[in-house]
Amino acid sequence: MKKITYIFIIIGVFSVSAFAQDKGSVFIENATLVTVTDDIIENGDILITNGVITQIGTDLSAPAGVTVIDGTGKFVMPGIIDAHSHLNTVSTNEARNPVTAEVTMEESIDPNEVSIYRALAGGVTSIHLMHGSANVIGGQGETLKLRYGSTQDGMRFDGAKRTIKFALGENPTRVHGQGNGILPRTRMGVEQIIRSHFDEALDYRVKREAYLSAKQKYESDRRGRTAPPVPVAKNLRYDVLNDIIDGEILVHCHSYRADEILMLMRVFNDYGIKNYTFQHANEAFKVAPEIAKNGAYTSVFADWWAYKFEVYYSTAFNATILNENGVTNSINSDSNELIRHLNHEAAKTVRYGQTSEADALKMITINPAMQLGIADKVGSLEVGKQGDIAIWSGHPLSIYSKVEQTYIDGTKYFDLANDPVDMRIDISSDDNYEESFTTGFIKGREADACMSDVFQLIQE
Amino acid sequence: MKSIKITALLGFLLLFSGALEAQITDKPEYGKIAIIGATVHTVSNGSIEQGIVTIHNGNIEYVGTDRSKVGSDYKVIEATGKHVYPGFMDSGTSLGLVEINAVPVTVDNREVGNINPNMLAFTAWNPHSAAIPVTRVSGVTHVLTAPQGGLVSGQAAIMDLWGYSPDSMAVDATAGMVLNWPSVRSGGWNRRTPEQMEKQYKETIGALNKLLDNARFYDQMMSEFESNPNGKVKPEKNQHLEAMREMVNGQTPIIISVSSEKDILNAIEWSNHEDHSDLNIVFAGVEEGWRVAEEIAEAGIPCLVSTLYTPTRAYDHVHRPYENPGALMKAGVKVAIMTGEVENVRNLPFNAGYAAAYGMGTEEAVKAVTINPAQIFGVDHLLGSLEAGKQANLFISTGDPFEPLSQIEQVFIAGFQIPMDSRHTQLFEEFLDRDATQN
Repeated sequence: MKKITYIFIIIGVFSVSAFAQDKGSVFIENATLVTVTDDIIENGDILITNGVITQIGTDLSAPAGVTVIDGTGKFVMPGIIDAHSHLNTVSTNEARNPVTAEVTMEESIDPNEVSIYRALAGGVTSIHLMHGSANVIGGQGETLKLRYGSTQDGMRFDGAKRTIKFALGENPTRVHGQGNGILPRTRMGVEQIIRSHFDEALDYRVKREAYLSAKQKYESDRRGRTAPPVPVAKNLRYDVLNDIIDGEILVHCHSYRADEILMLMRVFNDYGIKNYTFQHANEAFKVAPEIAKNGAYTSVFADWWAYKFEVYYSTAFNATILNENGVTNSINSDSNELIRHLNHEAAKTVRYGQTSEADALKMITINPAMQLGIADKVGSLEVGKQGDIAIWSGHPLSIYSKVEQTYIDGTKYFDLANDPVDMRIDISSDDNYEESFTTGFIKGREADACMSDVFQLIQE
Repeated sequence: MKSIKITALLGFLLLFSGALEAQITDKPEYGKIAIIGATVHTVSNGSIEQGIVTIHNGNIEYVGTDRSKVGSDYKVIEATGKHVYPGFMDSGTSLGLVEINAVPVTVDNREVGNINPNMLAFTAWNPHSAAIPVTRVSGVTHVLTAPQGGLVSGQAAIMDLWGYSPDSMAVDATAGMVLNWPSVRSGGWNRRTPEQMEKQYKETIGALNKLLDNARFYDQMMSEFESNPNGKVKPEKNQHLEAMREMVNGQTPIIISVSSEKDILNAIEWSNHEDHSDLNIVFAGVEEGWRVAEEIAEAGIPCLVSTLYTPTRAYDHVHRPYENPGALMKAGVKVAIMTGEVENVRNLPFNAGYAAAYGMGTEEAVKAVTINPAQIFGVDHLLGSLEAGKQANLFISTGDPFEPLSQIEQVFIAGFQIPMDSRHTQLFEEFLDRDATQN
């Protein structure tokens, strides 16, 4: 049995990875083009050549040899980008220390997780694969293209900015303070964890640089008049924290309450850290002017609230209020269920806050692209950008519309017309059984997905 | 000087109380109301263009096109170009029983113990839950709210989403007995051997059958005593069995929570047994119902299902959850759509929308959140369609209520014109244009 399973895995990986890095070409004609950054183009044509959008307009003609798709009655929009996902992590949380900046999702990517295909079926082409929220300063994230069935390297989004997860509030205080009796038990402790680690990292840098220059001096001193310096060991955790301070890593901070959002902005101002995103941020609407003033971003749920105390005083109008106050906001899933219909989650901002349809679509395309540092590459239909697109049967914000095809770099990864039932690549004997969904027809949510694997570790 | 201070204080208090008042949900209007000009989706009798619906004494008084039915003393709501629907019913929630799921002291849907037929969701219903106004402004006007846990969780209630007490809000305080079907699933953390599962299953079913037999005997004994107490010793009251009397004589449905294929088949086999022909059985959850839709239809068991969950098996197609209600309906099962939610019951129209888009069609999906659940729970004489004489639970929308791009403009519950605000709209109003200098 085991052998057969491995054979399947091997066949699966190799058969799909053969085209994983392919850059394809395709021409879609006579469709409604939802450019996102510009006006909607009726009866428009779009050409993707070798993975890149090369022409957008009307009455274009397809170059010889390029696949032509009739887009009559259909909508073409940029692939959806989910700025908060744990879709295909191997592990999500390294929960045993309040600061684990050295940990990374780099090798925690499962390219064969069937949920990737399910996300493609919802028109998603890129995700931000995040570490969990057990730690105040958690692990580093990976921005992926959903090249289902490729390899870990095949899934990486080349040229995306480095990111890291921070987490404030209930999750880190539950895990460390309540669960293990160490700092932080309170929001006071959370702030001090961040400040003390940044201070330590800065001191480390001074000492480490002093050591390295003394070492260089010692090594280049051929006359032997310099004493050998006391070594200062390389510290990966502090190196990462210094990269954050230097602006080389974008912080994505799990947060809910308005006061903790203000706290982090104060701390970041003190350390000169810019370009960061508040994740979830259910109470961001209460401090929208302050967030706008600091140039921070937000990435929120469309309507999740009240499942735990720190989201009790929140509202489904959060995205609209942030948008109206000039904050660049995205709508994320943090869920393998919601990621299948992020278009619908974005549409809720129209239902609740009467946000414009154009702005609602930005919240799942160009805005998350900005937050991940990939807005020059994807997030809109523009000549020169990468050919990550989805073709929809109707307006993408309608509940009746379906994704018909999804492309990454011009290569087709989902096709409703050729959509087998069983899309697993990695076949496990466990799949013969139903997944362990909770019994009872009332599901009731009590946590965000950021806490997966944590409570096996700590006793509550 | 003193009087100036007092005046200033009074003025301040007045101002402050005014500000506070604006935070409280406004009072509803009640009386004679006529909605004129809208497309009226009666559900039971097709759609009426440029229709008229009048409301009086909490009920629907007239549905049609005759303008003369609108007296001069009616408050007229002009709704040309808009749509009127019966209020939606979510037939699977714990709304009002749970305030914040992660805070145990606010969770009142799960009693200690395995057999709890005497526990009433009605009792724990908090009329002032912040989630109730958030839900009702979405067009969901009444819900089934259910206890959870154990083998017999207790009794679910159908509640209107307007009112100040469980008593005034209850449509049916004992609408259904919740039974969690003993599962023979394994996988995940559950590593029972097939033999262990079989043994446990038989034991649990044996205990359940015994409980029901006791309830039947108790009901018979009590009924005999009640019909003629003369010369008889009054039997001792048993809380569990007393609570099950209406269930074993078929008046109160038994809501069996069951999800996977094997469990559904087991539950059907049990339901089909002649011993249980006295029961009015409803299935809830039924995530894998599409696998055995024919069998469920043959057994004549209605199903309460949702659509917004991930496929139950890794090898299942991504759209299966969306397609489940339509597949059941096409096989001949009476389907009601539910969310299984607490704070986000407002997503009921979207659960129905996915069902509509994936095989059920809009018309049938509307029935699945209106008349179907009303029929399943025997409250269709009161709710579920726009018909004269029924309770005035209805709403006005700008378009298809399943479409997120439509707006739900006005909701009526039991004839009350409901203020269209909630914590979510109040926070919106307070913070949309927050004075950024006041920080």
